Amino acid sequence: MSVLVLAEHEAGALKPATLNTVAAAVRLGGDVHLLVAGAGVAAVAQVAAQVVGVAKVLVAESEALAHPLAEPLAALIVALAPAYGHILAPATTTGKNVLPRVAALLDVAQVSEIVAVVAPDTFIRPIYAGNALATVRSIDAIKVITVRATGFEPAVASGGAASIEAIAVPGLPGLSRFVEAQLSKSERPELTSARIVISGGRGMQSGDNFHLLESIADKLGAAVGASRAAVDAGFVPNDFQVGQTGKIVAPDLYIAVGISGAIQHLAGMKDSKVIVAINKDEEAPIFQVADYGLVADLFKALPELRQGLS
Amino acid sequence: MKILVAVKRVVDYNVKVRVKSDKSGVETANIKFSMNPFDEIAVEEAVRLKEAGTATEIVAVSVGPQAATETLRTALAMGADRGILVQTEAEIQPLAVAKILKCLAEKEQPGLVLLGKQAIDDDSNQTGQMLAALLGRPQGTFASKLAVADGSVAVTREVDGGLETVALELPAVVTADLRLNEPRYASLPNIMKAKKKPIETVTPEALGVDVAPRLITLSVEEPAKRQAGIKVADVATLVEKLKSEAKVI
Repeated sequence: MSVLVLAEHEAGALKPATLNTVAAAVRLGGDVHLLVAGAGVAAVAQVAAQVVGVAKVLVAESEALAHPLAEPLAALIVALAPAYGHILAPATTTGKNVLPRVAALLDVAQVSEIVAVVAPDTFIRPIYAGNALATVRSIDAIKVITVRATGFEPAVASGGAASIEAIAVPGLPGLSRFVEAQLSKSERPELTSARIVISGGRGMQSGDNFHLLESIADKLGAAVGASRAAVDAGFVPNDFQVGQTGKIVAPDLYIAVGISGAIQHLAGMKDSKVIVAINKDEEAPIFQVADYGLVADLFKALPELRQGLS
Repeated sequence: MKILVAVKRVVDYNVKVRVKSDKSGVETANIKFSMNPFDEIAVEEAVRLKEAGTATEIVAVSVGPQAATETLRTALAMGADRGILVQTEAEIQPLAVAKILKCLAEKEQPGLVLLGKQAIDDDSNQTGQMLAALLGRPQGTFASKLAVADGSVAVTREVDGGLETVALELPAVVTADLRLNEPRYASLPNIMKAKKKPIETVTPEALGVDVAPRLITLSVEEPAKRQAGIKVADVATLVEKLKSEAKVI
């Protein structure tokens, strides 16, 4: 049986987590088909066809799919489902929104946020905020799975030559309507795919002080993140949040500044290759996971760090 | 408008869970259980909608063991009007919970169903979406703001890029994210009053719902522990280590 992967895309480009999801799909055996759904998606279909490991790109072109609303997108996937043994999506806010709806319509379970494929029916997924790893086997005929990007090295984005096939879009439900989006604009890399992430916590004291992190981020080509405490305090918007219920990141270098290291934050970053913690409280739990800890006042350390990187 | 709100009894968020030595799950004997924090936010939102005159009645539902009655009492103390316990000792997975809630929603006919976006034990993040699918109704997941107005609800959602607002036809299913509100603490008089509020008990069998698990847990293990590294004396040493030892900058 083939594997269907829901591609996530924006402005003519694939979102990076799509590549990690393709990598997971390749491990299941069978042809991998990438579904590109949206309005005006011809260009992104061309990009998708170059991903190594993808056999076919299915293009669903419809105004009803211009925004990835769960109701029409799930209906589309369910219509395609009989031809597939597995249906995968990245565990992004889009994948997490759409795929359980697909699973319920197919009367199958969903396996959420897998981090490893043990066998085509057996997967490893974190539970209890990553404090335990469960190995689970699905007994359903169709396996519906969301993939945690940090569990899989991304598929190579170019060099493949998949066929592109336009598919007929069935009648889609109109129960929901997109109203507006307020998206953060940033020249910096995306948090979930950045090679370096520098995050601030409550210790930053205000949103204005995040410029101290931003200037270092720009020197390092890093993304800027935050702890839940910093987001709850209104320092930065929700899309900065790294943690169990925010974004899960695993960069080569994660720099935690003024972050105490609550379990729910650690759940979002403890798989980073190298972790640096800067905190004035030497008892802060963040130091228990940090490769390099610096006990210091961040308002003194950050300017020095910026200087040191010049 | 009636609101149905689903609440789950989970290991308290402050408990550091330990994996059982036989790898069958995590230790749950003699530890504190509480209402799933996201469900508390859902209950709070329901209560606020009632206080604002938008909702007329709040029905809290929990699926789980007899002890989940305590979770329902918490919801009643916060302001829910009555409770339904769907009592079972079996392992109940999200699809089964969604099917149970569908039965109850068809009976109760709520205008809005509120749930937490995920439970902090299995971290599945599925039940609300599945319920919406089974009911054939729209869903607003990861909500940070709700506005109900004639036959529809505008839901502002926390998405990876920022915020997104969708308009849903009612009835609809909405799942609560962290910043939807800050749940209240129940006052002592309200806790006392909650003891007198009705809780009806039913079983999945009586509702005719097949709750057999579709995912078989083969083992539960502790993740590899990360070792604490070294403390560096100053910023210069840190930069030097990152360059020459870790080679990440």
